[in-house]
Amino acid sequence: MNRQIITIWAIRLALLGGLLAVWEGGAGILFDPYFVSRPSEIAEQFWGLLASGRLFYHAGITVVEALAGFVCGGLAGTAVGILLGRNELLGRALDPVILIFYSLPKIALAPLFVIWFGIGIEMKVILTGTIVFFLVFLNTYTGVRGVSRELVAIMKLMGARESDLLTKVVLPSVVTWVFTGLKLSVPYALIGALVGELIAANRGLGYLLSDAAGQFNTSGVFAAILAIIILAVLLNLAVREFERRMMPWQAGQYDREMSI
Amino acid sequence: MIPRPKTETSVGAPPQPSGRGVRLHSENAVTAQLIRFEGFGKSFGTAKAPMVATRGIDLEIARGEFITIVGPSGCGKSTLLNATAGIFAPTEGRVLYGGVPVAGYNQRVGYMTQSDHLLPWRKVDANIALPLEIQRRPKAEIARRVEELIELVGLTGFGNSYVSQLSGGMRKRCALARLLAYDPDTLLMDEPFGALDAQLRLAMQVQLRNLCTRLNKTVLFVTHDIDEAVALGDRCVVLTGRPGMVREIVTIDLPRDRNLYRLRSNRQYIAATDHLWSLLAPDAAREEGEETP
Repeated sequence: MNRQIITIWAIRLALLGGLLAVWEGGAGILFDPYFVSRPSEIAEQFWGLLASGRLFYHAGITVVEALAGFVCGGLAGTAVGILLGRNELLGRALDPVILIFYSLPKIALAPLFVIWFGIGIEMKVILTGTIVFFLVFLNTYTGVRGVSRELVAIMKLMGARESDLLTKVVLPSVVTWVFTGLKLSVPYALIGALVGELIAANRGLGYLLSDAAGQFNTSGVFAAILAIIILAVLLNLAVREFERRMMPWQAGQYDREMSI
Repeated sequence: MIPRPKTETSVGAPPQPSGRGVRLHSENAVTAQLIRFEGFGKSFGTAKAPMVATRGIDLEIARGEFITIVGPSGCGKSTLLNATAGIFAPTEGRVLYGGVPVAGYNQRVGYMTQSDHLLPWRKVDANIALPLEIQRRPKAEIARRVEELIELVGLTGFGNSYVSQLSGGMRKRCALARLLAYDPDTLLMDEPFGALDAQLRLAMQVQLRNLCTRLNKTVLFVTHDIDEAVALGDRCVVLTGRPGMVREIVTIDLPRDRNLYRLRSNRQYIAATDHLWSLLAPDAAREEGEETP
């Protein structure tokens, strides 16, 4: 088992090293560095951003936007999902509205949000929140609808009221679905924040990206992309850790040996 | 009618965990009528194309009786349980519980199905505590009763485990403890041990039969297993194919404190299973005929 892990890492490092070597060595021979830059130059730019503190400043802005949108959209999506999931009449009545908004690529709302909320941080939070809301809402809604009707009947025979069903069954069982929605949402939350910044902003990683591109600074663009990748991975890890803590009953399931 | 055995030698069931202090019961076996089906019928589907599940069921069940229900698949065995629980209203006739027509969820019954419906995010003790929490019992009382129930069903030491860490048999025990926690008069069981292997199933049958006799529970137990129907039941209701009607009510001539481990060679047991086979085999043969035209 351990040997296998070592082999896997060896393959990964070899691939990465190979890619970087071809990129670095090939630039200027195989392809034009004007378009693809060089790993060494990208690293230099990245280090420059890091050392000057610009990276942290801009990444901080993007993180705040993405997180605020993520939290607001996630909470609202969970709440509305539970409400419509438990209230069948309301759910069915609002079905077309849900479908319309779900089908609409939320990015298309960005220009409207600029008009409504300006080009400040609010607009990015709202755009991100809208995107996350729908993902979390739909997953929560499906989860609430999926609560076993047999279980609900069994609990009603025990004398359960609606409040008991909600706190003892619906909310805990929905946690799984909320997290499915949240995990799906991480890249979309970043898309929301970045697109918001690309459209109109003077701060954030999206701004850094468009600023570098505007100056035809390819190394700067790649450096910004690298920062975005790192940010996305960190956000994903954070959600996973949060999930692990929220659902301790699932802890053992990954560690156990696979069997069918 | 099978003659009452004179030489029945099933002496006492294996020793049970002491139920000392468990306030789960304790009137002596009363033979008052508890459940009564009067011309009960149930159809599903639309008014234009109704699917008649059961029709014209007349059945009286005494308090403390263990009734097993068998019949071909789709004959509405579960329908009888659902109607007793008040999950739906009869289309025809009525169902009386304690002399009163069942209207809405009947909270004097507990329901157990093949799927145990335990809550995976709760540990064993918290799962058993669920009905007690719903009834807003004081915390100290809940803790005490949960402990008693864990001992009663033989889950001592597993109170702090998540359900996903339990084996199939232990999950059933946990579900049984939860069912007994709120002390319903009647247990409605729909093939509860269907998914267990033979040995585990026998152990659960022994435990269920002993607990129900001791706590004087009334049980309606749906099964497709003729051996199980005879081993557990005081009487066995045999239903016809759809629409399900009562074909025969077979009185199982085995003592109340029967020893399930020794039934295999018991003559009354063999005679009763043979009789049930003869009742059900024609239906089974016809079903097979329908499937392979």
